[in-house]
Amino acid sequence: MRGDELVAQVYEDTTGLEPGVTVVGLERPLSVTLGPNLLGGIFDGLLRPLSRAADFQIQPGAAERSVARHRLEFAVRNGDTLSAGAVFARTVAPRQQSLLVPPWASGRVEALVEPGEHRDDETLLVLVDDTGRRHELTMQHDWPVRRSRPVRERLGVNAPMITGQRILDTLFPVARGGRAAIPGGFGTGKTVLQEALAKWCDADMIVYVGCGERGNEMAEVLDEFPRLEDPRTGRPLAERTVIIANTSNMPVAAREASIYTAITVAEYFRDQGLNVALMADSTSRWAEALREVSGRLGELPGEAGYPAYLSSRLAEFYERAARVTSLAGTEGSVTIIGAISPPSGDFSEPVTLHTKRYVRCFWALDRQRAQARFYPAIHPLQSYGSDVQELADWWMRSGNPDWLVQRQRVLELLEAQAHLERMARIVGRDALPAQQQVRLLCADLVNEGFLRQSSFSKSDRFCSPARQVAMLAVLLHFADRADAAVAAGVPPARLAAMPMLRQLQRLGEEFSEDDLLRLRQLAAPDRLRVRPAANGGQSCRLTCCSRMR
Amino acid sequence: MQADLLLENAVTRIEGPLLFARREARVGLNSAVEVLAGTGPPRLGRVAALDESSMVIEVLESTSGLALLGTRIRLHPEPLLFGVGPHLLGRVFDSVGRPLDGGPPVAARSRRRIEGLAINPAWRALPRDFIETGIATIDVMNSLVRGQKLPLFSAGGLPHDRLAAEIAQRARLRGTQGEESFAVVFAGIGVPHDTAEQFRLAMESSGALGHTAMFLNLADEPGMQRLLAPRYALTAAEYLAFEEGRHVLVILTDMTNYCEALREVSASHGEIPGRKGYPGYMYSDLASLYERAGCIRGRPGTLTQLPILTMPGDDIGHPIPDLTGYITEGQIVLDRELDRRGIYPPVRVLPSLSRLMDAGIGEGFTDPDHPALAHQLFAAYARALRVRVLASVMGEQGLPESDRRFLAFGERFERQFVHQANARTLEESLETGWAALQGLPHGELTRLSNAQIGRHLGAEVHA
Repeated sequence: MRGDELVAQVYEDTTGLEPGVTVVGLERPLSVTLGPNLLGGIFDGLLRPLSRAADFQIQPGAAERSVARHRLEFAVRNGDTLSAGAVFARTVAPRQQSLLVPPWASGRVEALVEPGEHRDDETLLVLVDDTGRRHELTMQHDWPVRRSRPVRERLGVNAPMITGQRILDTLFPVARGGRAAIPGGFGTGKTVLQEALAKWCDADMIVYVGCGERGNEMAEVLDEFPRLEDPRTGRPLAERTVIIANTSNMPVAAREASIYTAITVAEYFRDQGLNVALMADSTSRWAEALREVSGRLGELPGEAGYPAYLSSRLAEFYERAARVTSLAGTEGSVTIIGAISPPSGDFSEPVTLHTKRYVRCFWALDRQRAQARFYPAIHPLQSYGSDVQELADWWMRSGNPDWLVQRQRVLELLEAQAHLERMARIVGRDALPAQQQVRLLCADLVNEGFLRQSSFSKSDRFCSPARQVAMLAVLLHFADRADAAVAAGVPPARLAAMPMLRQLQRLGEEFSEDDLLRLRQLAAPDRLRVRPAANGGQSCRLTCCSRMR
Repeated sequence: MQADLLLENAVTRIEGPLLFARREARVGLNSAVEVLAGTGPPRLGRVAALDESSMVIEVLESTSGLALLGTRIRLHPEPLLFGVGPHLLGRVFDSVGRPLDGGPPVAARSRRRIEGLAINPAWRALPRDFIETGIATIDVMNSLVRGQKLPLFSAGGLPHDRLAAEIAQRARLRGTQGEESFAVVFAGIGVPHDTAEQFRLAMESSGALGHTAMFLNLADEPGMQRLLAPRYALTAAEYLAFEEGRHVLVILTDMTNYCEALREVSASHGEIPGRKGYPGYMYSDLASLYERAGCIRGRPGTLTQLPILTMPGDDIGHPIPDLTGYITEGQIVLDRELDRRGIYPPVRVLPSLSRLMDAGIGEGFTDPDHPALAHQLFAAYARALRVRVLASVMGEQGLPESDRRFLAFGERFERQFVHQANARTLEESLETGWAALQGLPHGELTRLSNAQIGRHLGAEVHA
């Protein structure tokens, strides 16, 4: 605003507008309506439902509100006193959802309708607060998207969000309420990874925001999620998902808003005591929308044309991820996983650099791995996770006291591989000392057998912590044995020619969640052993008793 | 609906393609205008900016010869529209939808906005119909499905036009013999005359010209119209696909010319330039074209896009291929080195990708072992190229036996699988793929199960 002039940003196509059109102020910041209608739906960047549109093309301005009905049971009685954020009722089907007192309201319940089916815009109860103000509550309430919803207390790190992806859970785990970034050039598998996380991570709710991305990806999510089953509850995945779609051809200004809309929705479910994961694909498109809007406003451009406030906007967004005690006293969390699409895959551009400062996990996608179809193409040496020490306790409690040590060994092995491969390129692999050749062999094995995981393989797309622990134990056990064998004089070429290597390389595909017992047996001391072969002490054999199917 | 209005003597300034005029009538943003000067044909334009008293008109043709006096402006109440109807096919149009072939204008059944409207993502159907192109590197390793947008990343001097024409001639759904109604829409954006003519001849020789509509913006025509040709072409394609229920393949060539024109126009508007001088909104602008591909639930037709772009300086990191790659569902990359070695089509498979492939291949679509074969070929070829680098340093003799076998595989793969003189059926392509894997140590084929190896490769051959 300047003097008696104001600049309005239109969230839709401006074709056909002319001087003299009526502009109406809504007397509130950009807000969205939060309530039980969200679950399982698909919405645009301003949280208007897309699934009920009559035409396959989006007509500007066409946003008719339709009324939904929900069956509900009250959690309170007439005369009860309710604090802000408290649960006053629950919907019954298809999934139980809590209805919350808005953060600004509290007081004594004065009037209450009968339980049963009600319209979503109907007044369900009236609260009268200490000052005598009346608050009429419906199933839903509005909240301005750019303001974070209040909480009683922010909590520290206590447990990882299990993603079911080995390279993430074992090497670079993200905490509940944590923040992770997935940067990667085009074709490195950002979206496939985001979708795999949305499908298999152990959050109670997923908010998936497609911000400036492809329409067909949204179609894929809509097509797949109703058919896939949540491994923990057995219910269709769609029932724990809210999709916010502002595809690349939808208006740019609404793209800027869609990220805020999504985090607000995530916070709303967090306040119901749920663990929520927010998948933002892609935050670069959001930053570009900021740049475009800023450019039109004639603001002074900063680095690479982005506005100078890019960094603080990113910080604001990522800070809204947290594990908290809600106003009503329940515990919930929002974990943000943001994809970044750096121009020509260059991680030194502003969005990646600034994001790096605010996230705890950095999962860098590597073009070379992606081109060899080695998925997930996360580069183990460029990625990091900062909550490892805190999460080691959780692994210890969950049955793997050695997690921290094992993780360190894997990272060292991969580090050594990078170093040794450089050497091998100069002198040839065969010219390396035997111990080093074995390290290379084991590093290859960790890559192929552990880090590689296909999201299209039915048996391997999800890997439980127990299976991860077992697989890691088998591989490290092999590494120990191989080291010992080489120390005893076995030539590394013999180890590399062992038929059982193939089974270890395909560990993920060959041993599904149902084969845990067989998998654990592989690491039993008497099952995988090095013993001298009959023809003298020079060569040894590793045998594997549990044959492949 | 308002009637058309004519303004006379309203022009106050002319600057490059922009015409500044007094706003003497009601007009909305983006409305179409015709600029009339003397006895010449009307020039198309649109309202680019408006305020209380004046307006800026962007003229979409050359502004040379326009004068402040005597220039009249005809205002239309709507944005640019294209009248589409039956009999679009078999015709040739210019970049703004006017017939070039001497025939009568198309009888319009409906008039559609050339900008199109965004497809509601909730109405999209997931593309899953595998298209057989006859090209092994595409069919086996980067499969095209109906409703996909899959660009060809090429460079000057590479045979992308020939490849695109071949795909347009051959592309068919497996098991059908063209009984379904298909159509090809060709948008030539800043193309030389001979390229357009070559494509026309290729379609004619295969008898498909009657199913083809061409929109030509030739290299010597104004840059502004380069921005319109693909929009008119896609408007026609949307009509053919979603109203007439045809399976439409749209070929957009050359998108690099489009982006150059976008940069030119942006500069003339005085906008802040982004990377390499291209406007910051180029991503959104390209998306407004590419995202017009797709399948719609409950409608029989589909719109598949095959844009072609030439990478400036053969650089895949240049903003044009980079932004395109972020929008499209994969890319087919052509390579100069393979071309020099006489391999046709010179598809560089490693950076190529088809994102929708997994939805359209495998059990129930093509062959159950198709996905595993594709993954194994990628993994093995990536290894072969790594070994090739090693071999160039240390010599082939210095390599271990297994590496030597991968080296041989790389050569076999390029000569026998990538290179092809004639179209192959999918079965033939798969067969060639399995044959190329013969001779590799089975123990290293980690993307294949033992059963798959047993089925397709038999016992291991030792060198």
